[in-house]
Amino acid sequence: MAYVAPAPAEVEEVELYHAKSFITKYVFSQDAKVIAIQYSFTAIAIGVVGLVLSSMMRLQLGFPDSFSIIDPADYYQFITMHGMIMVIYLLTALFLGGFGNYLIPLMVGARDMVFPYVNMISYWVYLLAVLILVASFFVEGGPTGAGWTLYPPQAILEGTPGSGGGIILMLVSLIFFIIGFTMGGLNYVVTVLQGRTRGMTLMRMPLTIWGIFIATILALLAFPALFVGGVMLLLDRVLETSFFMPAIISMGEQLEYGGGSPILFQHLFWFFGHPEVYIVGLPAFGIVSDLISVHARRHIFGYRMMVWALVAIGGISFIVWAHHMYVSGMNPWFGFFFATTTLIIAIPTALKVYNWVLTLWKANIRFTIPMLFALGFIVTFVNGGITGLFLGNTAIDVPLSDTMFVVAHFHMVMGVAPLMVIFGAIYHWFPLMSGRMLDETLGRIHFWVTFIGAYSIFLPLHYIGFQGVPRRYFEMGETNFIPPSVQDLNAFVTVVAVMVGFAQILFFYNLFKSMSSGEIAEKNPWKAASLEWQTPEQPPAHGNFGDELPVVYRWAYAYGVPGAKDDFVPQDMHPDEVGGEGAHEASKE
Amino acid sequence: MSQVQPGETALPEGMKGIVSDWSSDQRAFKGVPWGKAMMWVFLLSDTFIFSCFLLSYMTVRMTTTVAWPPVSEIFALSFGGEPIPLILIAIMTFILISSSGTMAMAVRFGYQRNRKATAILLVVTAIFGASFVGMQAFEWTKLILEEGVRPWGNPFGAAQFGSVFFMITGFHGFHVSVGVIFLLIVARKVIRGDYDKGTKGFFTSRPGNYEIVETMGLYWHFVDLVWIFIFAFFYLW
Repeated sequence: MAYVAPAPAEVEEVELYHAKSFITKYVFSQDAKVIAIQYSFTAIAIGVVGLVLSSMMRLQLGFPDSFSIIDPADYYQFITMHGMIMVIYLLTALFLGGFGNYLIPLMVGARDMVFPYVNMISYWVYLLAVLILVASFFVEGGPTGAGWTLYPPQAILEGTPGSGGGIILMLVSLIFFIIGFTMGGLNYVVTVLQGRTRGMTLMRMPLTIWGIFIATILALLAFPALFVGGVMLLLDRVLETSFFMPAIISMGEQLEYGGGSPILFQHLFWFFGHPEVYIVGLPAFGIVSDLISVHARRHIFGYRMMVWALVAIGGISFIVWAHHMYVSGMNPWFGFFFATTTLIIAIPTALKVYNWVLTLWKANIRFTIPMLFALGFIVTFVNGGITGLFLGNTAIDVPLSDTMFVVAHFHMVMGVAPLMVIFGAIYHWFPLMSGRMLDETLGRIHFWVTFIGAYSIFLPLHYIGFQGVPRRYFEMGETNFIPPSVQDLNAFVTVVAVMVGFAQILFFYNLFKSMSSGEIAEKNPWKAASLEWQTPEQPPAHGNFGDELPVVYRWAYAYGVPGAKDDFVPQDMHPDEVGGEGAHEASKE
Repeated sequence: MSQVQPGETALPEGMKGIVSDWSSDQRAFKGVPWGKAMMWVFLLSDTFIFSCFLLSYMTVRMTTTVAWPPVSEIFALSFGGEPIPLILIAIMTFILISSSGTMAMAVRFGYQRNRKATAILLVVTAIFGASFVGMQAFEWTKLILEEGVRPWGNPFGAAQFGSVFFMITGFHGFHVSVGVIFLLIVARKVIRGDYDKGTKGFFTSRPGNYEIVETMGLYWHFVDLVWIFIFAFFYLW
């Protein structure tokens, strides 16, 4: 057999902490899988709050005269909290803290993260950050209404809703989130770099791990800017320093501030904010590559290019941030530079889309629910990406800036698209996590309502944006340039949005029902080749791989190998067992 | 021009080593323990934090409309009626750099498993660090009580001077203080022999070894290096 035997183990087996009581096993657990589920539940719970907030805003926009649930101040507060919750506390935490924790040790063949105790602290600090965020709803004046970008000067001035305790708690919560995330993030990066099993080279890792790995590096380098901006804004608010505050007259009164730079905050915020888009995006890219490959029974097209595209996107994402600031008054030559880099980032991104589509080309596609969501992702992502090209050009962005078009763009590209992947990933890995299958019919209904619903919500918003309807407005009132059709569309969007919101109840019902009474999943139900399905138990036990760690002989995409006895060859199957002529073929990568 | 033989790449020897390490299994950095790798990644992240702080400082120094206070006069200390500019900072910098020296010696003795020398040097490093923080506290007290510098304003010029000074030196001083605490903890573990016996640690619940002294050293040298930048950009500019 022509294969190279993997090198002997370099790192000796580490002794894991074995939980004895219920509390150390399920509450203060050091097992990455339990931490992952804690992260996921917390993130989804706070995400439901974000979803409810968005429905309230939609009711106001769709039927401005009929509902008096919220007033203008509430509207700003809900927008702010909806944005913050969804981007940071839901998506970042769920992809990295949830899927990262669950999948990294299993997919690289490790027993756990390298430092399980630090990993546990990471979750508890995250929970604290979430609780502080929730607490801001209950302080006097309510949560901050500064918009999720928290731009000074208005973020901390009187007159902005929640400029009392709300903004302080928001900033403190962000600082805690960053501290907690850093502890987890260090673990993810070091586990991938230094904790892989025998035979698992970097270029044999599933793309899921590559996506999470690169995204974690981005987060470790981007969150510092938010941390610094947050600390300085907090000082401006609490100690009346003037980092971001120019001389300013507020409510007829000259304030004590003077000499600061509001644009500095925007630079700091977006130096974090743009990589943040990819912190959410890259894990989604990675996971969807695996979903497509497994459910189309075909190796991923251009694996190496997919990896390098992830690395390139991650690198370039640090030099595009000011395309969020074309109208901020910065030097116009900046706009020229950042428009160029922004359009360059479309190249590796387009490469990934082509490779997903080429993986599907002539493949044995199975329209399972994860596959449906993966297809939904490709469509919504391409849609959101193309509008990104509009907004990346300075000349086109200036008139479109701060309209509903921008809202439609980023909801499509970093709201709906990653959520499609999250749903797909949950349907895909639920059997591994719980040992039971999710209900198929409910899942299909959930997919179609969510997918068609998402399009019905966000496609009209593009048109509304082209009409010049600004975002973040409580109501339009009598405005000459806005045709009446806009109001009809807004009403339609609201009805669909509320329906899609309620449809998620189906999903949660499915989750909880299947957890206790779902059909028992057979071992490796999707016949996937990657390591996480090859554990002795399903769901995997503490320590993941039984007595001996697996040895990896090939990449994670050995599907339909000619001559092999099955249509997939697991990563850890010894070449002698593959059968016939398939052995060599399967071990080529 | 040298000819590249078939089957051989044109890469220089060092590059080949990097490529073979990164394309191998198990570990990308051969021989690097987990704790050390984690510290390096953390320091990379922390570098971004300090860079953002310093860049923000430069930005507000440019945007503020009021003249920047005369730094060397404010930080002068008087001895016998004669003000000597920057004398305290010079002493503080000297102390911190000396502590890097004792730290490096501690790492060496750690790998020699010389428990006593390692522990003494770690404690000396901690004392240097603590005296640095003490002098910083003295400097803060002098600025606040005698000169009337506040985070939101000062009698000498731009209000941002005080804001930036307290924020950046405070954040750095916090790093030094955390370092001092961990130096003392590690010193105690060294003298008790935890790293020879493989006693389980309180933080990682895993047995430690003398590599932790080196990891601790990485952090300490980093904090020292950051100080050089703060010193240059804040006190000398």
